[in-house]
Amino acid sequence: MNVTRGFTGRPRVQNAGLPPGQYDAGDDWPVLSAEVTPDLAPADWSFRIDGLVAEPRTWDWSEAHALPASAYEGDIHCVTSWSKFGVRFGGVSLDAFLDAVRPDTSATHAVAYSHTGYTTNLPLADLTGGRAWIAWEYGGRPLPAEHGGPARLLVPHLYFWKSAKWIAGLRLLDHDEPGFWEQNGYHARGNPWEEQRYSGD
Amino acid sequence: MTERSTESSTAGRRASAAASWPVAPFPAPLQGADTTRVAEPDFVPETRFAVPGRIAVSNRAAALWQTATLTEVRRETPDAATFRFAVPGWAGHLPGQHLMLRLTADDGYTAQRHYSIASPPDDAGHVELTLDHVEDGEVSGWFHTIAKPGDEVEVRGPLSGFFAWPGDRPALLIGAGSGVVPLMSMVRHHRARDLSVPLRLLVSARGPEELIYAREYGSETTPVFTRQAPEGTPVGRLAASHVAPLLGAGQPPDGWEAYVCGSNAFAEHASRLLVAAGQPVDRIRIERFG
Repeated sequence: MNVTRGFTGRPRVQNAGLPPGQYDAGDDWPVLSAEVTPDLAPADWSFRIDGLVAEPRTWDWSEAHALPASAYEGDIHCVTSWSKFGVRFGGVSLDAFLDAVRPDTSATHAVAYSHTGYTTNLPLADLTGGRAWIAWEYGGRPLPAEHGGPARLLVPHLYFWKSAKWIAGLRLLDHDEPGFWEQNGYHARGNPWEEQRYSGD
Repeated sequence: MTERSTESSTAGRRASAAASWPVAPFPAPLQGADTTRVAEPDFVPETRFAVPGRIAVSNRAAALWQTATLTEVRRETPDAATFRFAVPGWAGHLPGQHLMLRLTADDGYTAQRHYSIASPPDDAGHVELTLDHVEDGEVSGWFHTIAKPGDEVEVRGPLSGFFAWPGDRPALLIGAGSGVVPLMSMVRHHRARDLSVPLRLLVSARGPEELIYAREYGSETTPVFTRQAPEGTPVGRLAASHVAPLLGAGQPPDGWEAYVCGSNAFAEHASRLLVAAGQPVDRIRIERFG
């Protein structure tokens, strides 16, 4: 341990919900997108799943909203070290979309891509079983554009760069394929509890 | 611009042994790419890739925590100071890259933050960070009130190739507050290497006293003062009138790579001005505090 002379840090909080190396951002919700925020109306939004599936499909805004509503209440964790507690997102469980396209048994991973062209890769197992959503509400209100509205992917058990803003689709693959930040040195999976920030962690 | 109350000098992020950083060419244009393929290794989204990465990054260097010894502190503005470190094993960086810095308390508690690298690549074995004194910031507070030459901290990096500028293409840089930090690494690199590729910097500050690196700017830089300005200089936020002359007929033949760094509010504002003036969205890279 390399103790820094004179450094005491913030008062210690016992917070079992805080992954290693993270701090509580409180009411802040930093915006860290690397690209220009797109001007995307709900009428122009669509979400597609294709690749290794029985029936590729595209949903528009109203078709997606016809699926059973599902909410996430809990915490989110950004690789830049902030975590945000007690957030509430509304949308549809990704399971409802995946059930409709019927993934092949050979599908192991997915690339999520945005209407901006941003990409991020995830194991399929992280997108199923009630752990991922397509979210269009935050705190009961429409998701703001700078936070990914009209709709974003939400995978809150991984670092938040995996939760692609302005989600446009998922392509299911039989292998892992690095997305935008993953090609730029970030970890392939990004589990905050194991501090998988950068490739090699 | 809105200042965040938490540690926010993400800006002071990313930058030297350029030779050790393989520079990858830009990906081929993706529009018109065959998007009907399924499960091909070179998957591309059906939408335009907005933000292609610039360089391949060394994951080995990024994985290793190294000791950085503070050698010098230079005041830049009432709120910001530059901290110079000796990092003997530093693998080198490109302008625009960042590092992660870690402080450890005697009970084992650690705090880590991303900071942009201010120094140019040729300053081998050293890195400089310019940090705002953030209210209640546990890391910046330590730097501004306790740190002195000889103190040791830990760093890992350089990290991320996205915001890096290898000095190969015309660069239009727009920053506000400490968002100028990674851009200054680019300006210094341009100067140190005497590069002929065009480079322009628009830097926004509340007033002359708050302008970081004020004495270092040359003809490549246009300061924009939002609250108070020297006699004869207008006061106001960054506007279309600052951006427009640099685009269209005023731009280099193949256009600019634009780099924007600052608070989210500033980044949104500046990137909208760029798009409105005709800068392609896939040639705008944005680094926001956070």
